[in-house]
Amino acid sequence: MEQILTVIVDGIIYSAWLFVAAVGLTLIYGVMKIVNLTHGSFYALGAYAAASFTGAWIARGYPPMLSYAVLLASAAIITLVFAPLIERGILRFMYAKDEVVIMLITYALFLILEDTIKLIWGVDPYFIAEPYGLLGSFEVGEMTYPTYNLILVGIAVVAGGGLTLLLQGTRVGKLLRTVIHDPEVSRAMGINVDRFYLITFTFGSFLAALGGAFTAPTVSVVPGLGVEIIVLSFAVIVIGGMGSLPGAALGALIVGLVRSAAIHYAPAVELFVIYFVMALVLAFRPRGLFSLAEPRKI
Amino acid sequence: MKGDRTLIILGAVLLALVGAGPLLPQWAMFIVTIAIAKGLVALALMLQLRAGLVSFGQALYYCIGAYTAGSLGRFFGISDMLLQMITGAAVAAFVAFILGFLLARYRGIFYGLLSLALSMILYGLLVKSEALGSTDGINILPSTVFGIRPDQGSVRHVVLIVGCAVAFLATLLVNRYLGTPLGQLAAAIKDNEIRVEYMGASVREAIHVKYVIAAALSGIGGALAATTVGHIDPDMAYWTTSGEFIFITILAGTRSVVAPFLGAMIFGIIHTVAFDISPNTWQMTLGIALLLVIVFLPEGLWSLFGRRKAA
Repeated sequence: MEQILTVIVDGIIYSAWLFVAAVGLTLIYGVMKIVNLTHGSFYALGAYAAASFTGAWIARGYPPMLSYAVLLASAAIITLVFAPLIERGILRFMYAKDEVVIMLITYALFLILEDTIKLIWGVDPYFIAEPYGLLGSFEVGEMTYPTYNLILVGIAVVAGGGLTLLLQGTRVGKLLRTVIHDPEVSRAMGINVDRFYLITFTFGSFLAALGGAFTAPTVSVVPGLGVEIIVLSFAVIVIGGMGSLPGAALGALIVGLVRSAAIHYAPAVELFVIYFVMALVLAFRPRGLFSLAEPRKI
Repeated sequence: MKGDRTLIILGAVLLALVGAGPLLPQWAMFIVTIAIAKGLVALALMLQLRAGLVSFGQALYYCIGAYTAGSLGRFFGISDMLLQMITGAAVAAFVAFILGFLLARYRGIFYGLLSLALSMILYGLLVKSEALGSTDGINILPSTVFGIRPDQGSVRHVVLIVGCAVAFLATLLVNRYLGTPLGQLAAAIKDNEIRVEYMGASVREAIHVKYVIAAALSGIGGALAATTVGHIDPDMAYWTTSGEFIFITILAGTRSVVAPFLGAMIFGIIHTVAFDISPNTWQMTLGIALLLVIVFLPEGLWSLFGRRKAA
């Protein structure tokens, strides 16, 4: 019983982290139909920016409680530097190309960003453990968890809820859904599709950077941080259905719980099981669990 | 006729490489042999790309080939590199035959994602399997050919010769296959699948065959790389390895069976030179090269050579 509780708590914390890391990917795919491999780079950029800014913040002796705001701000700043540059500078010229070709372009950009990170921050690891320990801990049954983990759960809930409200309840959301449905007709109706693409790409990348920034205090920030995130995020959004928000949430929950169960009961299959679920979903519901039938185009 | 000429060129180049072998330093022979191994995988990707399919998990079969070669040495004491390559190809082809029933139904991004998931499954399994060395991988027995073990000085050259011979034979067969009606279907499938079906051909079957051939080629490539490097690890199945193969294929273009080998060689050279000059920016160099090729040479570097003829 005790162990099941641990599995569930671990699973939820891991799911929240996965959701924050992956939701931007599904947003960008949903709106722009881009399979965006630079997503992992933004995750890493967020982590590095957070390590630098928060490290400096704490070294100067500023109030440590505000370091959470600094984490958030670093994700925003680094995204505003890189995302509009990539979207306006390169991607917007490529929209006419095939989905797979755009994926290759983002792969090229991913390679470039990987080394840009090394050029800016070098190859030595960064540590900022302070924000992780500040909030103390809480207990579930006999297990103790750092309260910091709840922040990630909070961010996941706010991001998921906020996006759903935005899409379903506001004028901008309605316009965005129109763009998703048919960009060309939207353009003809006077919607500024280019601006929606720019904002979507920037915001989606910001969510990745946010995931990276809030993970930075829990790990050592080293080169190659974003590489694993890419495949994990793909697993998450493919399971739920690419482009679907509730799908990403469901995918994150499934992967999170399955992995946490595997770690506790069968550590040998920990990694295998995630991709096995992904392959299983692709085999039986290729468009994800939250998908509708799509007509075959001639 | 045209196909024959390209093969003569490839044969001549490979022969020249084999002949120049003793003159090359050891590290250069190593790079060339690895390029041939990767060229085989790129050839496999080219086959699929011709039908409009991009596999983001070709490393699956590369890794299967390598681990088959490794297991032969570890569990049966077999170190014959020809035997390793043949078995590697056979195991890869068998796995592909089974998985092909599933994959042949997929197109576009889903084909890529499913193959990615499959290669990551193998990665996840290998990382945790003690018998196969988990993350550390395993060492390969020193290469032998027909029971003879070349001495330390000439082993690289022998591996290069055998690698070239096998690559040439494989390319010959692939070229033959591309000339058959089944091989010719690729372009039609890319263009319009439904018309292919109306013609009376089975798209699924054509893709399934292609998938198995591609797996066998990658298996050979993996076994060759394994015996060349002398060590294998689970990273051979990781998605970045697949990305590397896609890079090579796109760089080279799909017009000729020779192109993938050219692409692999150029990749090896860029990698070595860029890494030597500045170890922290070689990926950036690769990324920029890929971007430039996609934008300015959508048909790949090969289109710089032959006159621009409709394929």
